[in-house]
Amino acid sequence: MFRNQYDTDVTTWSPAGRLFQVEYAMEAVKQGSAAIGLRSKTHVVLGCVNKANSELTSHQKKIFKVDDHIGVAIAGLTADGRVLSRYMRSECINYGFTYESPLPVGRLVVQLADKAQVCTQRSWKRPYGVGLLVGGLDESGAHLYYNCPSGNYFEYQAFAIGSRSQAAKTYLERRFNSFMDSSRDDLIKDALLAIRETLQGETLKSSICTVAVVGAGEAFHVLDNETVQKLIDAFEIAGGEEAPAAAPDAAAEEGGAADQGAAADQGAAAADQGAATEEGVAPMDI
Amino acid sequence: MESNQAKNSLLSSHDNIQRTQYPYVTGTSVVALKYKDGILMASDMGGSYGSTLRYKSVERLKPIGKHSLLGASGELSDFQEILRYLDELILYDNMWDDGNSLGPKEVHNYLTRVMYNRRNKFDPLWNTLVLGGVKKGQKYLGMVSMIGVNFEDDHVATGFGNHLARPILRDEWREDLTFEEGVKLLEKCMRVLLYRDRSAVNKLQIAKITEEGVTISQPYSLKTFWGFSAFQNPTVGAEGSW
Repeated sequence: MFRNQYDTDVTTWSPAGRLFQVEYAMEAVKQGSAAIGLRSKTHVVLGCVNKANSELTSHQKKIFKVDDHIGVAIAGLTADGRVLSRYMRSECINYGFTYESPLPVGRLVVQLADKAQVCTQRSWKRPYGVGLLVGGLDESGAHLYYNCPSGNYFEYQAFAIGSRSQAAKTYLERRFNSFMDSSRDDLIKDALLAIRETLQGETLKSSICTVAVVGAGEAFHVLDNETVQKLIDAFEIAGGEEAPAAAPDAAAEEGGAADQGAAADQGAAAADQGAATEEGVAPMDI
Repeated sequence: MESNQAKNSLLSSHDNIQRTQYPYVTGTSVVALKYKDGILMASDMGGSYGSTLRYKSVERLKPIGKHSLLGASGELSDFQEILRYLDELILYDNMWDDGNSLGPKEVHNYLTRVMYNRRNKFDPLWNTLVLGGVKKGQKYLGMVSMIGVNFEDDHVATGFGNHLARPILRDEWREDLTFEEGVKLLEKCMRVLLYRDRSAVNKLQIAKITEEGVTISQPYSLKTFWGFSAFQNPTVGAEGSW
């Protein structure tokens, strides 16, 4: 009759030491369309895939500006994401009012995680069904964090969440070593390529993705469609589908071309791998 | 009903709170300036109970966290309360333990908010505060008054210092003042204040803050000469005045 005795409320433990409701919330993050983030020493780039629910609607916004120095990309329940972005905005404004300086990213993320944690320990609440990639700049440099419905948070060089994010993660894992010293434009290019990995067959167009940047001397902003399309064309047209070339700098070009082929098979491998990991491992590990 | 009213007046409910209407024990001027490596600040150590010089060893220069130095004139107990606020602020800031810290600009702005907020409650903290500091090679010097007026400048002074020290500083202050020159200039200001400000005492401290941190000097006295004829007979040449 019952599939699971221990998942009817958030605060009930299973004998194996799991909180099923919290894990379900983390599943919601995986259902959402993909969002990715990566950073160098000075810049953070966030990107996401825009999927419309039907032919008749526009897509929902998945990247939000929190303050001049912080932005988020979300995957999961967009409504929850909006609520949390609003909270983050107000925290930034209040800090700015009191200290006339930007709120350190790490502190905002801890506050956000604490807020999410409370929902895992109150019988009358539910966890937020949204994962947030928080990118920002403060006196200690550029940061990228992932915030999870469980109240956990992690700092990353590069990360991807949402559906088919495993393919993007694989791409990022193979390339992240060079990200620290990447230029802003290379970072954006890698963001677009990582987004493309999650598309599975569909062609990358500016109409189905959003990219945003924050960095030294550059307030958080979403790149407009034309800019993104130009960047996509730069590597799609020049090198054809498989081998992006003729990008402004030769080194990045070589790297990009070299692993493009590899990334294609890798993508397929990653897909199986992703399926395998997602089944066995307790989502709490995320 | 009657008993209720009696209770109210006894426990002093919200409609009759006593607010600070005047200060009790006060400290006089603080003078501060930017110099080559940071900020120098000077104040004497007197605490006046009205016009009585009641206390002679009050420290009015305090370090705040790693990067800031605070000097206060005005009501001394209010200053102590402000120090409690700041201690808590710095403690919680340190507890994050994440490599970020509040610099002088942040502390100054925080104090501005506290002062202005209390003035809006018609319960001001009766002080003029001077905040100086250095963080990441950036020198900072600012002031906040009891009603929340705040500004930054290369040199500042509170109370009587505004009238007697600022003109001297405007004439003689330079961006590249050395430590010795800075101390000399501050001492010149403090000496003038000692001569002309009746609530100043001849026991002062000078504090410096640089990238390396805060050092506050031991209390010391200035050499004085009271034999000027103008001091002996101040009304000569000013007939018709007092």
